[in-house]
Amino acid sequence: MTTQHNALPTARKPLDMRALLDNWAMLLAALGIFLLCALLIDNFLSPLNMRGLGLAISTVGIAACTMLFCLASGHFDLSVGSVIACAGVVAAIVMRDTDSVMLGIGAALLMGLIVGLINGIVIAKLRVNALITTLATMQIVRGLAYIFADGKAVGVSQDQFFVFGNGQLLGVPVPILITIVCFLFFGWLLNYTTYGRNTMAIGGNPEAALLAGVNVDRTKILIFAVHGLIGALAGVILASRMTSGQPMIGQGFELTVISACVLGGVSLSGGIGMIRHVIAGVLILAIIENAMNLKNIDTFYQYVIRGSILLLAVVIDRMKQR
Amino acid sequence: MTGAALRFNGIGKEFPGVKALAQISFEARPHSVHALMGENGAGKSTLLKILGGAYIPSSGSVQIGAQTMAFKCAADSIASGVAVIHQELHLVPEMSVAENLFLGHLPARFGVVNRRRLREQALACLKGLADEIDPQEKLGRLSLGQRQLVEIAKALSRGAHVIAFDEPTSSLSAREIDRLMAIITRLRDEGKVVLYVSHRMEEVFRICDAVTVFKDGRYVRTFDDMSALTHDQLVTCMVGRDIQDIYDYRPRAHGDVALKVDGLLGPGLREPISFDVRKGEILGLFGLVGAGRTELFRLLSGLQRASAGRLELCGESLNLRSPRDAIAAGVLLCPEDRKKEGIIPLSSVAENINISARGAHSRFGWLLREGWEQGNAERQISAMKVKTPSAEQKIMYLSGGNQQKAILGRWLSMPMKVLLLDEPTRGIDIGAKSEIYQIIHDLAASGIAVIVVSSDLMEVMGISDRILVLCEGTLRGEQRREHATESNLLQLALPRGLAN
Repeated sequence: MTTQHNALPTARKPLDMRALLDNWAMLLAALGIFLLCALLIDNFLSPLNMRGLGLAISTVGIAACTMLFCLASGHFDLSVGSVIACAGVVAAIVMRDTDSVMLGIGAALLMGLIVGLINGIVIAKLRVNALITTLATMQIVRGLAYIFADGKAVGVSQDQFFVFGNGQLLGVPVPILITIVCFLFFGWLLNYTTYGRNTMAIGGNPEAALLAGVNVDRTKILIFAVHGLIGALAGVILASRMTSGQPMIGQGFELTVISACVLGGVSLSGGIGMIRHVIAGVLILAIIENAMNLKNIDTFYQYVIRGSILLLAVVIDRMKQR
Repeated sequence: MTGAALRFNGIGKEFPGVKALAQISFEARPHSVHALMGENGAGKSTLLKILGGAYIPSSGSVQIGAQTMAFKCAADSIASGVAVIHQELHLVPEMSVAENLFLGHLPARFGVVNRRRLREQALACLKGLADEIDPQEKLGRLSLGQRQLVEIAKALSRGAHVIAFDEPTSSLSAREIDRLMAIITRLRDEGKVVLYVSHRMEEVFRICDAVTVFKDGRYVRTFDDMSALTHDQLVTCMVGRDIQDIYDYRPRAHGDVALKVDGLLGPGLREPISFDVRKGEILGLFGLVGAGRTELFRLLSGLQRASAGRLELCGESLNLRSPRDAIAAGVLLCPEDRKKEGIIPLSSVAENINISARGAHSRFGWLLREGWEQGNAERQISAMKVKTPSAEQKIMYLSGGNQQKAILGRWLSMPMKVLLLDEPTRGIDIGAKSEIYQIIHDLAASGIAVIVVSSDLMEVMGISDRILVLCEGTLRGEQRREHATESNLLQLALPRGLAN
């Protein structure tokens, strides 16, 4: 047998080539689409449009980072759109009542964390399906946002708060910087920590992970708690950009985030997912939407086109696995 | 088409990084049971998948009679009269036997199922194969052996004349095996081509008329005359070297009691169970399927909480609430169903090896150390002789034996006191088996207490120092190695009503 151990590794090179293509294909596609738009669409590369594109990426991008963990563990979270709205409202109300920016942001993040914890505990400990659990919390949190805000947008008057949405560092808007930091941080978390690797293991085979000694329940709770927290962060940034907390914002946002992840190559059934998938998916969706806006394509058609792209991407992904 | 021979013409199959099959050519004749043998990873299952239309060969073709087949999918293969009875049966447990038999073409008018005709057809189908099965019964309530009969009945109802069995007896009881053998013999006499993949020599010699041996994805040779073939010749041909005693038993000194089980009770156990196992001892747990062996292991590994009784590890009380507790204490389980409970298929071999031990080797318990990760994976791969193109290969592409060795590597990365092995060599070829026995002996020699569950009687007798026999959730008896015989163990293992 000893001789056979060394006998097998022959076809290593072609494997790496294929893996390389598999791993980077969607990022290359994003780059290709970007270049195509730059060539074909006037004003696409204008500083104003680039800024708009960056901001469009930021909200989806931040939430997609942690949605990646939910998907990689074999679950998903529908409540994130509501959390974004509720976080903005909570931040705005607390700032109005206490005049403290820190307290406002703290309260919003705490709200997100609590919603995430509830999601995680119900899913992990009570073993309720993630779809149903987060469908329920999605509606509860949306309702709470309306109740807190009394159905109307809550204005913010604290100038320091606007730094998060409208500030700049070296000419780059702060939301974009935060998004980049999130991409780097969560990419690192997924690959270089036990938390990240355990997340992948749970998505790949929950029973085997449990028998291998992974604390499956705790990891799941953590995944949803972090997702709630980061969703709230995205909500705070959005509220800062709009200078108010709006309870009606972010409807259907959860589906955009999931679409972006899946479009980039994250598996809906768990076990497959990388941060570059997320980056690619977010970029492609945002660029196409931006291009359609520049071309003045009707919103109704935009829905059809976005859906078709998603369908195409997952069909191609399926065919690749054959 | 009955009466036509099945030919494989230069079949080859490549996966990324692995050449699973190369240049396979041989013929299986009608009126004969043709065995396919070889170690794990030799390519038998891949060939059956090609025959069943699950894989498309990279080169070569399948020929039935004079006709060359190009199966694009499972439906093509079924339509050509080929049936592959897989180890994991392709049936729906929540539906009735009758529905399972006719799934895909239920007797219906305008889409409404005709229940009476369904029942009649199902009865006709099962007749002579398994008369005792009620077609209305939910499939999930049948025994594994009965489910297999349903699968065979389904194949016959579709007019199959080439029937391939992949390890059909791996989870059957002795009586079920006898029945299956009789059915296979009947199929042969009816003029079908029967392919039979098994690791069990005695079965091959019992019912097969020819044997084709594979090794490392290549054709080795076909023996047409079973009466001129000896056991040793066949084994030698399979492993490519002589094997005298694959168990390689060596007596060892036993130390203090490592694990003491006192009055343990839980789901699947009917009476409290008490026993102990010493450091350096290999304790065999024998019993038929359903005897409560796996259930006992679920209790010992913390997967299931005991309803009564206590455990003592090296003199200290051991309270298990989850697998994590057992792992932390050094009681480690290699589960029976590797695919379902052992491996994380989409992850790399390295990931699968490091997953359990990495917490103790990470900074602050959560930040991975790349150096340790790579070093440990490489170390275990070479210590366990895991055959893989690289540590980064996805474990799902490895053969069963190599997956098992990777899981052993996972546990060897940890401090270990008691090793629980549930069917450690099930579905694994002889070559890898003897390597695994070797590892088990080395572990025991280093002072680890090993408990091995197996339904392979020869294996239990071959490696254990002492054997406990379970039957229907109770501990029926114990034999020391020197007193254990096939008949006294089986006597204990059979339910009381059947013992004589």
